[in-house]
Amino acid sequence: MDMTPHFPIYMDYGATTPVDPRVVDAMIPWLREHFGNPASRSHAWGWEAEEAVEKARQQVADLINADPREIVWTSGATESDNLAIKGAAHFYKTRGKHLITVKTEHKAVLDTMRELERQGFEVTYMDVREDGLLDLDALKAAIRPDTILISVMYVNNEIGVVQDIPTIGALCREKGIIFHVDAAQATGKVEIDVKKTPIDLMSLASHKTYGPKGIGALYVCRKPRVRIEPQMHGGGHERGMRSGTLPTHQIVGMGEAFRLAKLEMGKDAEKVHALQTRLLEGLKDVEQVFINGSMEPGKRVPHNLNISFNFVEGESLIMGIKGVAVSSGSACTSASLEPSYVLRALGRSDELAHSSLRMTIGRFTTEEEIDYAVKAIRETVARLRELSPLWEMYQDGVDISTIQWTAH
Amino acid sequence: MAYSQKVVEHYETPRNVGSFDKGDETVGTGMVGAPACGDVMKLQIKVDPRTGVIEDARFKTYGCGSAIASSSLVTEWVKGKTLDEAASLKNSQIAEELALPPVKIHCSILAEDAIKAAVADYKKKHAA
Repeated sequence: MDMTPHFPIYMDYGATTPVDPRVVDAMIPWLREHFGNPASRSHAWGWEAEEAVEKARQQVADLINADPREIVWTSGATESDNLAIKGAAHFYKTRGKHLITVKTEHKAVLDTMRELERQGFEVTYMDVREDGLLDLDALKAAIRPDTILISVMYVNNEIGVVQDIPTIGALCREKGIIFHVDAAQATGKVEIDVKKTPIDLMSLASHKTYGPKGIGALYVCRKPRVRIEPQMHGGGHERGMRSGTLPTHQIVGMGEAFRLAKLEMGKDAEKVHALQTRLLEGLKDVEQVFINGSMEPGKRVPHNLNISFNFVEGESLIMGIKGVAVSSGSACTSASLEPSYVLRALGRSDELAHSSLRMTIGRFTTEEEIDYAVKAIRETVARLRELSPLWEMYQDGVDISTIQWTAH
Repeated sequence: MAYSQKVVEHYETPRNVGSFDKGDETVGTGMVGAPACGDVMKLQIKVDPRTGVIEDARFKTYGCGSAIASSSLVTEWVKGKTLDEAASLKNSQIAEELALPPVKIHCSILAEDAIKAAVADYKKKHAA
């Protein structure tokens, strides 16, 4: 029996997921015959589009147990992060000018915070522990009387760790601080219930949960009521919080994707957990491998495995495992030439950050694909170590950290 | 980003991988780069002491595919060259041969540094 998987093997679900075929099917009619503008009130094209948009709003709300009136459509999680953080900071600026976030956040949060600093706000960037999780005592200590907003991501995009959102939320409520959560990587992976968990603003993405790109949402809590200043001005769509004609087909796609996520979350989690275990079992006995981020049950989503193969540079490793699409924290795979700031925030050395591989799996990953990836990675690591002067030094007992390297 | 065919070819079948004894009088060793920057190249040359001609070369590289290819290519090029010829190798020649994109030019610079360092090491051994 031919068990050779189809090429290439996609193991980069953290970058984007494939769009579920059921989602594609749901979207098509809204591109073809049902092309109306949901804001058109004077004819049936508009009415049916509006109905489709509201149905999707309900589907998105259902996944996080929110009221549909708490869902604001955006172009994606980056826009949601911008709208939430800038919107709340601008609205509540008379209350204070201090914001808190975490060093391992997505750039959409970090860069938005940098912009607010330029506007005169003050931002504290929290360190994380070695396992990637926020130290809650340190967070408490960082809160000032003029702190107006705290932003913490639910699931980290690089290392998959799950922050203790319920506890941080409770802390924020108690102190009267607006709490924003970037949940782009969390939907369909961890159970989110805004009725139980105090969250004021939450960024949602479609394309990390088997929906299309170019659409996202911001959850804006109604009880207690949270206010934001719009960042996009125009026709006053989305109750004035975000103007712009609604892309019906995209919204329908996100709605269907989130409906499926709610329906199949248990099944997906079970399957992905088994695959992650298989992947880990296949790689853990390789010499000098380090798992980045907590592996404690409940502290990491099973969809993510981030491993550093010491003495092997990440990009050359990716080049060697042809046919398997993964990503790396190595500088060489990014435009900046800096290794992953997330791994560095864990206290990982630059060389371990350069040697990291992020494998993210999901709904359509198979056991055969995992087995192929394990074999390809093991072979390539062994081959590249034969080529590595650092591996040679390690084998000879030389401590690489004691050598005076010349930076270039 | 796609790799040029020549980079892929050197990466798949690197030439002259290995090490010479660093203490050998006929060997010059250059080690450049830093693990923290994601590139370390070790390039060694074996020189015929009578003629001053490089008769063999070896390398080991920790780095991306272009870094591996650059050092592999240099070991091929320097064989049969005199020390001065080898030391005058320019990174632009490497970058051109391997069709390196602008973001990978630093790999060719590192390879040039490595051969220069190896030649310097050999000359230092024989200066006295």
